[in-house]
Amino acid sequence: MTGAGAVLVIVAYALRESLRRRVFLVVLVLTLGFLALYGVGTYFAFRDVKSFAPPDKNILDPTAFTGATVLGLAMFATLFLGAVVAIFLTLGVVRGDAEAGLLQPIVVRPIGRQTIVLARLAGAAAVAAAYVLVVYAIALAITVAVGGWVPDHVVGPALGLALAVVTIAAISLLASVFMSATAQGIAVFMVFGTGLTAGLLDQIGRALNSDSLHAIGRVATWLLPFDGLYQAGLHALISDTTGLTGFVLQLGPFGGAEGAGALLVLWALAYTALVAGGAALAFSRRDL
Amino acid sequence: MALVARDVAKDYGATAALSGVSLDVGEGELVGLLGPNGAGKSTLTKIACGLVRPTSGSVEVGGYPAGSRDARRTIGYLAELFRFPRWMTADEVLVLHQRLSASPGGADERAELLGLVGLASAAATRVEAMSKGMQQRLGIAQALVSGPRLLLLDEPTSALDPAGRGIVRELLAELRSRGTSVLLNSHLLSEVERVCDRVAILNRGRVVTEGRPTELARPRGVEVDVDGGTRLYEGATREDVPRIIAELVAAGERVYGARVLASTLEETYLEAVGGATG
Repeated sequence: MTGAGAVLVIVAYALRESLRRRVFLVVLVLTLGFLALYGVGTYFAFRDVKSFAPPDKNILDPTAFTGATVLGLAMFATLFLGAVVAIFLTLGVVRGDAEAGLLQPIVVRPIGRQTIVLARLAGAAAVAAAYVLVVYAIALAITVAVGGWVPDHVVGPALGLALAVVTIAAISLLASVFMSATAQGIAVFMVFGTGLTAGLLDQIGRALNSDSLHAIGRVATWLLPFDGLYQAGLHALISDTTGLTGFVLQLGPFGGAEGAGALLVLWALAYTALVAGGAALAFSRRDL
Repeated sequence: MALVARDVAKDYGATAALSGVSLDVGEGELVGLLGPNGAGKSTLTKIACGLVRPTSGSVEVGGYPAGSRDARRTIGYLAELFRFPRWMTADEVLVLHQRLSASPGGADERAELLGLVGLASAAATRVEAMSKGMQQRLGIAQALVSGPRLLLLDEPTSALDPAGRGIVRELLAELRSRGTSVLLNSHLLSEVERVCDRVAILNRGRVVTEGRPTELARPRGVEVDVDGGTRLYEGATREDVPRIIAELVAAGERVYGARVLASTLEETYLEAVGGATG
């Protein structure tokens, strides 16, 4: 069997297995609930902001202010739900499945352990990325339809979110080589929280003009690049907005979301490849 | 040779699971691996199929290093503890393994394998609806996908009832007739004694005795039925029977029957492992 053929077989197997898990239904219900709430919240936000909007739209554009704020919040929710999907799709795929006896019959087939690991990552990453793209697109459509506001960049934030959940899937896969399913889930969520906290530290450091805090935040952000990608996506929503609106409108918890540039994107891709390679190497050396 | 293991050692930290095990499985040969829990049987089987890496020594499967892709093309494996996805049907499990092993057998192969293990009518049954015995037989069918040259079975009858064991015995006889080599790891001495060409007994990571079941059965004496009852001639062998009977007849005894006694495999096993239970 060719490597590509084996990858497709494992990906199809993994996706079918994932669809059978109850967590998938939970994520689906949560997503529908979130989008419904987002639609209602967006409607009232746009309606209410008109009542106290300044008469001169050129001074402060209430539509842009409201649209960017609610869509920025939607991006955070999307990142969180995407992280849940990425983690659950990679939950227990190595050690957990080995302990359950699911993995051994597959590993002894002539396809190679690296192929199994990379196929599991490909499947999880593809689904998690597609998920965040769809949820982002629906949230964007709701924002445009309800408030009539279109962000400065539409594609960049979507790709940032997609790449962020791909890196989370890679981290989770690496954890699955060493940890049982429960420990893996807890650990990766803690890593996810650490990444978000690092982003906050970075922003606090800049807000307080603390070089040390800023440096710590930046290093942590590069070690866990998903938060940087999310922040870059936030920044891209309003990067071309000028005037007082552009000055006032600073997204992110402390208003410090900033662009990433090509270097962060390249680093995120290399990071994913390195983490996936590490998972494949560790799995190839593991006794089952 | 289907399997050649030379001086294989495996350490798990400070624990030596295998200590210099050498074992051959010839083409078309059915070899039984016996031993108490923790003797190293499963570890040796896992090394042969590439799930575990030996600390030292070498294992070749079909002439290829164990665990290599070429070696894995030649084997079928049933783990002691295994599971298939509960949502899959028996047929889907076999389809998955056909794809993973690039078997061209298609539906005919699947139907034949399910028939061989007595699951012909369960092709559309989901794993979650199967008994443990049915799942174990499905596991054997899975191991036979793509016609392996060497079949590694780790406790294949542990969850089977007597009828299921009978099916596996017939299957092993069928595989022998096809020239498939089998390494059978089992606790059931009677099963091993009945089906295996050769037996190796492991204890504490070493092969303590090896040979054909008949060779391992040592003579225990000769029993002769005479008028006064049964007399036991301890230490006598088959060759001693004519002399014993001649002496009895010469002494005026009536002889009604004579039996050569040999130790069972179970007795040989207990002697070899020193009563260890793992």
